Parts: sequence; structure tokens; C-alpha cells
Amino acid sequence: METSEQRVTYLNSAYTVRSWLLTIDHKRISLLYLVSITIMFMLASGMAAAIRLELLTPAGDLMDSDTYNKAFTLHGVIMVFFFLVPSIPATLGNFLIPIMVGAKDLAFPKINLLSWYIYIVGATCALVAMLTGGLDTGWTLYTPFSTAYSTTNVILPATGIFIAGFSSILTGFNFIVTVHKMRAPGLTWFRLPLFVWAMYATSLVMVLGTPVVAITILMVILDRCGFGIFDPTAGGDPVLFQHLFWFYSHPAVYIMILPAMGVISELIPAFTRKKIFGYGYIAASSLAIAIIGFLVWGHHLFTTTQSMYAAVVFSVLTFAVAVPSAVKTFNWAATVYKGSVSFESPMLFAIGFMGLFLIGGLTGLFLALLGLDMHMQDTYFVVAHFHYIMVGGAIMGYMGGLHYWWPKISGKMYPEVPAKVSALLIFLGFNGTFFPQFIAGYAGMPRRYHYYPDEYQILNVLSTMGAGILGLGYTLPLVYFMWSLRYGEDAGTNPWGVLGLEWTIESPPHTHNFHETPVVTYEPYDYPEMAIELGQHTGHEPAEVAHV
Amino acid sequence: MSEAVSSESRLQTHFANLEQQYETSTFGMWVFLVTEILFFGGLFTAYLMYRVQYPDAYQHASHHLSIPLGAFNTAVLIGSSLTMAMAVHSARISRSKAIAFWIGMTMLLGSVFLGIKAYEYTHKWNEGLFPSNFWLVAPDAAQQRIYFSLYFAMTGLHATHMVIGMGIMIYIAAQALKGAYTTRWYTPVEIIGLYWHFVDLVWIFLFPLLYLIGGH
Repeated sequence: METSEQRVTYLNSAYTVRSWLLTIDHKRISLLYLVSITIMFMLASGMAAAIRLELLTPAGDLMDSDTYNKAFTLHGVIMVFFFLVPSIPATLGNFLIPIMVGAKDLAFPKINLLSWYIYIVGATCALVAMLTGGLDTGWTLYTPFSTAYSTTNVILPATGIFIAGFSSILTGFNFIVTVHKMRAPGLTWFRLPLFVWAMYATSLVMVLGTPVVAITILMVILDRCGFGIFDPTAGGDPVLFQHLFWFYSHPAVYIMILPAMGVISELIPAFTRKKIFGYGYIAASSLAIAIIGFLVWGHHLFTTTQSMYAAVVFSVLTFAVAVPSAVKTFNWAATVYKGSVSFESPMLFAIGFMGLFLIGGLTGLFLALLGLDMHMQDTYFVVAHFHYIMVGGAIMGYMGGLHYWWPKISGKMYPEVPAKVSALLIFLGFNGTFFPQFIAGYAGMPRRYHYYPDEYQILNVLSTMGAGILGLGYTLPLVYFMWSLRYGEDAGTNPWGVLGLEWTIESPPHTHNFHETPVVTYEPYDYPEMAIELGQHTGHEPAEVAHV
Repeated sequence: MSEAVSSESRLQTHFANLEQQYETSTFGMWVFLVTEILFFGGLFTAYLMYRVQYPDAYQHASHHLSIPLGAFNTAVLIGSSLTMAMAVHSARISRSKAIAFWIGMTMLLGSVFLGIKAYEYTHKWNEGLFPSNFWLVAPDAAQQRIYFSLYFAMTGLHATHMVIGMGIMIYIAAQALKGAYTTRWYTPVEIIGLYWHFVDLVWIFLFPLLYLIGGH
């Protein structure tokens, strides 16, 4: 810390553009991803703003149907494939997994860089397509509309999604191999941080699911070129497309939420100074979610020609997948119980996550009911439900993780007060945006229309106002993170006074992370005993930790 | 002496030793092959779905394929797996020229396969069996078109994998001639071997599914 001016870090080892674009350092690649996905997030948020503004009034006045279709498609495609799927894995996961397993880098550093370039090529295809006429199929690319009837250029954005899929596969593949083969001496599977367990489960879904959506999208592209795989006029089956599509795209929800759950499993013990309750159950529940998550896709097809018996099985399995999520939630709650809780900004995001994920998860059970889903299908209830999971869950977790590890990534502290304000604004703004949509959806307002009957207006006005607050909440971190790079205080090795291999190395870390390979002889989250030993260099009084 | 030095220089800095590096690479390749199985799996699922729905159209459509050509290609591809295994064996006993020779043989057999495939494709195109250029007259022509859509998608994806593999082989053969692979370190040869056997295995499934089942 004292010699931080002279010390070589991954950030100051070289300054050339080349040293960034050709880096194989997992930490630099995670920053390349961070910048790219932030740009994509801003683009897609802009589309969300346009959608909310259009829905402020019942009449379709701001844009016509075609433009509106393109706006929500662009929002969905970019948010799902180019922001949420890579969000935590490609940034925090990339940065932290090698450090958390005590390695110098991921197993395949060059493939890691390759995955970023593949992502950029995919994103460019999608963006060029969006700027040159757009896409109006919705992010789900349902056939036969996407293969035969859409007048927009489906092939280019579909190619972009296809290509980006390989970036995701390579990331997951790299993580799996790293966790298996690169662990430091003494770091057994059950000494791994829960974030690593969650990322491992996520990687399994990426590796097993993404190839299926890739081949499905390839079939759509082929159909668009004159093949007839899903063409109903020639005996093809569009429902087959839906099965193949959701075989990936439902597990993809777990690609988005599992990493966030991993982040929360780190934040809760850190800010309650307490050993996590039920480590083994949380680790196993990540794998259970990954496995059961592959068996529930049919709940997206309750209103299609899917057999009734299949629908019943999918409904039951959907209830089953809620169990491991509940296991996690109860274990987090049990960890907080009698902990010495402190409310730094990452913890506020974690608490926000728990509230929003709870609502998102429980409303998912409504939709798993066969009868109720007939009423709810394609209404704003569904829109609100999955936004509670993807924004309320995944992005809250992402923000919490970003705040928690920012001092490690950048070596600087961000100002705490605006961070707390941001956590609060996001929580309030989010609920303001999406809670009214539950009510509107329950009352029958369908999704994907740019006009609606007058009686829904009050709910839509509330939703648009909430979106304004939410937008402010997301803008703040952008400002103070940038600010902290220049003006922030030096973070030091362990600003939160917490446990974990990443907090034993300098901030920002050296290019090869560890000066000597660590030997791990202890369990993770060994509070308060370990924290007392660490006490002298954590900045936290040992007594304060010990009276828990 | 130079051999030992060149092997040690193969150790990338983030690995503790060559054993860890070797195990990591081969394990990674197996994970990658799992993704490949799922990649082809989507097409196999579509094939299966329509086969159950339209067994007769599948049967009629498969009559347009030539079993002798398919069988010959199967033999060629199995032969190329043998030559690839010989290349890996040569690497294991540090015979650089033999590696390059056997990889060359593998590429030759791969080219024979692709040549015959190209001949079959041209034939199908001229008969009006390519999905976007389809003029088959039959009561179940529409369903047969689904079969041919899948035929071209599956064999086309398989052929693409072969072309990629053969591209990598050019590089590996060149490296082998420079003496890059020895008993102590020959991971790339091992990995391209795994890949090629996988591609071969896909064809072992494609041949009976497309040419034989319910056929003549």
C-alpha cells in the first residue's frame, strides 16, 4: 500500500492500446467485457425508456406498431444475449475465479481473449442489423413469423446471436476446466467460495444449453434461406422450434440468476461477519438449479399443442426448481440471524436482491400453475415476473458484486453515500416500474402492444415514473465509479475487513495475482475466528468482530 | 539436450508443471466435445421428431441417396481415424516425420470424403432435391423437403467440422516437421486426434440415420 506508486499492477504494467486489445490477462479481459457490456446495457436501456414513454398514454402516439415492435425486440435481444448472459460471468467471474481458486490465470487465457472478440463480432452483427432496419420478431425469434413472414432482416441479427453464443460457451468451458484443474494446494471442492460454486453451475448450463440454441438459430437462418425445417405450410412444426429454443432459453434464466446468487452468498457472510449457514446446501442447490433447470422448459409452451400430460410434468418440475432457490434464500436469512450486520452499499444491494428475487420467484409459481397460466400467458404479469428475476435479481446481484469488488478491481474506493442512494433509488424505482405491471397483467393487459385501453393508464404512468427513478439509480454508479478512478481513496488490500483469497492480495492485483501460490488450510467464511487473526490488518477491531 | 529445453519452454507460466498443463488441455477438449454433442443434438432431435411424424416420406426420400457412396465414405472416414491414431502414436514415440506423414494421410482421406460428398451434393442439386431449389414431384414432396433440409443441414455441419479440422491439421503437420512434438509434449496432436475421432463418430450416426434406416 505504502509503495503503491512503484508497485506493478495489472493496470499499470503497460498503457498501450495493443497491451489491452491483445492481453491474455483475465483481469484485463474482464475490464474489456465490463466496458462492452456497459455500452450494450445503456443502448438497451435507451430502448426501454422509449418503450416506457410510448406507454405513458393509451394511444399509440410516439411510434407506430412497426417501430414499437423493433424497439422491444432490440431491448430484449441486447439485454438478454449481450448484457445479462455475459454480465456477471464475463466480468466478475473472469476477474475473480482465477483469484478465488488461487491461480495465476484461467486455464486457457487465449481462449478467454478469443471469447471477447467473438462477443464483439456477434454484438457488431446485431447492432448493424438493428441500425439498418431493425428486427421485429421479439427476442424469442418465434417461427414461422421469423422464418417466413417478418419483413425485417432476420439473418444478420440471428447470426449475431449465433456467434455470441460461442463466446458464452468458451467462457463457461474455461471456468469449468479452471475449477477442476487449477485449484491451489489445499483448496478442496468444499473449501471453494460459494461464488465459484455458482459460477461452476452457471458454466454447466452455458456449456450444455448454448450449443442447442446455436443450432436452433442456425436452423432459423437456414429456413430463412429457403430450407423448410419449421415451415408449417410444408408439414414443419413451429412448436418444435419453441421446444428447442426454450431448452436453452429457460436454463439461460439460470445463467443470469445463478451468478447473482453466488454474489449474494459472498456478500451476506461478509457484511454479517458470520459463517454462512448451510454451505453444503447452498453449493448443492446451485447444481440442483442447473440440473432441474434443464427439465422445465415446457412451461413456456402451456398454450401450444404440447401434450397435456407433458404440461403437467413440466408444471410439477417447475415447482421443484423453486425448492433449491428457496433453500438458498432460507440459508441467507439464517446467516443474517444474530450476525453483526453492517449496511455498506454492497449489503444494501444484497438486501434489495433478496426482496426482489423473493417476489420474482413466488410469482413464477403462479405462472407454473397450468390453469392460471392460461389467463396470464403473454400478459404484463409475465413481463413483471421475469423482470423481477432478471433486473431485480440478476442486475441487483451484479451491482452488489460490482460495488463489493470495485476496490479490488480498481484499487480505489467509491464514495459510499451516493452508492447507498443508488441502491435505494434502484430498489424503489424498480418496484415502481414493475409492480404496477403485475396488476395490469393480472387485469389482462397484453404485452407487446403500443396502445391499450384507458383503464390501464394509471398503472402505466406509475410504471413510467418508476422507470425514471430506476434510470437515475443506474446513472449514479456510472458517474461515481468513473470519479473514483481518479479521485477515490486507495482501497488497500482488504477494505471491508473480510475473508477470501482475493482479499489477501494487493488492490489492484499484480499481473499474476499471487506472488507465491497460496496454500489453503481453512474453510471459507470462517468468521469470526479467522477474522480475529486477520484483525490487525483488516482495520476492524478484533473485539468488535468477536462480540458476535 | 535441446529436446528437453524445447519441452520445458512449452510450459505456460500459469501452470505448475507440464502434467497439469497436459491434463488441463485434454480435459478442456472433452468438455468442448460435450458442447459439440449438444450442438449436433438439436439437429438429431429435429430429425427424430419428423421421422416419427413422417416415416413414409423419410423412407421415400432416403431412396434418393446412394448407399454404395455412403458406405464407401464411411469406410474412408473410419480409415482416416486409423491414420489419425497412427499420428498420435508417432507423436508418443517422438517421430516427427511420421506424425506429418500420418496427418497428411488423414487429410488425404478427409479430402476423398469431401470430394464424394461434393459429388453427392451436386447430384442432389441437379435432381431438384436441395430445399431452396426443390422441384421433386411426389404426393409427399413437402415432407420429403423437410428430410432434405435436415440432410443438408446435418451433413453440411459435419463437412464444415471436417474442413475446420483439416485446416488445423495443416498447422500441426508443419509444426511436426519442425520437431515441435516429442514424447514429453505432444498435446496438440492428441487434441486434434480427439476432435477427428469425434467428427468420425458423428458420421457413424449420420450414415445409418440418413442412408440405411427404413431404406431400400
